[in-house]
Amino acid sequence: MSVDWNAFTPGSAVAGGLLIGIATAMFVLLNGRIAGISGVLGALLKPVRGDVAWRVAFIVGLIVAPLVFMSFGAWPRLQIDAGFAALVAAGLLVGVGTRYGAGCTSGHGVCGVSRLSPRSIAATVIFIAAGFITVFVLRHLLGV
Amino acid sequence: MTIFTSLIAGLVFGLGLIVSGMANPAKILGFLDLAGAWDPSLLFVMGGAVAVASVAFAIARKRTVSLLGAEMKLPTARQIDRRLVGGSLLFGIGWGIAGFCPGPSLVALGMAEPKALVFVAAMLVGMGGFELLERRKPNSPIHAT
Repeated sequence: MSVDWNAFTPGSAVAGGLLIGIATAMFVLLNGRIAGISGVLGALLKPVRGDVAWRVAFIVGLIVAPLVFMSFGAWPRLQIDAGFAALVAAGLLVGVGTRYGAGCTSGHGVCGVSRLSPRSIAATVIFIAAGFITVFVLRHLLGV
Repeated sequence: MTIFTSLIAGLVFGLGLIVSGMANPAKILGFLDLAGAWDPSLLFVMGGAVAVASVAFAIARKRTVSLLGAEMKLPTARQIDRRLVGGSLLFGIGWGIAGFCPGPSLVALGMAEPKALVFVAAMLVGMGGFELLERRKPNSPIHAT
């Protein structure tokens, strides 16, 4: 293992992390809800009356974030190397997996870890380990 | 009121993903590539987020209603079962393939990235497939987070 010091951005990582923490904190303290994005989004596919508007509002907030960010700074640049087939496969796996596993990087990784939930800590260790292994296999064994 | 605070929470969350670089799949894959040139930034994002959120959850745990009077809905599930393990494995594999998890993919959608649209559409199909499978099993609980 060697750290890529050019890519490593601890300052902006902590700053962005604090913003994510603030969003999570205000969501639980004001709305009484877990800011778990797969759950907020996924439950919209089986809508329950009176339980839709806040979910849509949270998702809209995420989607308009780049537009708001742009009014302060430069348009954020993304690099998406995956091709069409890989994106479809990845999307299906993330969709099914986060619903069966009842959470993703936000619900388990941030909220659950903050609550010291053994269940969420287990989930977080598992999906990060699965991510490590997947990238190792794709990049270093298959050379994709 | 909770709809407005929900919008703001989503917005601030999204800004955090952009500022931290986590909206960028290449940066996520840089973290997941332990054997290559490793970028530990994601750990610092989680550290910053958990530092703030853990204080909020310590307060929330003692309350039955939120500051706006909404019911406090914190997860109650405790068991580490096959669903949790299997689901998290599938999610991790998908995360490693494209570098997208649900939050960043929605932020990227807001940047009009065609590739994000493909990913989000497939993710919604996956989530919809889960709902269809669940519908066949009337008594299985769904622990939404």
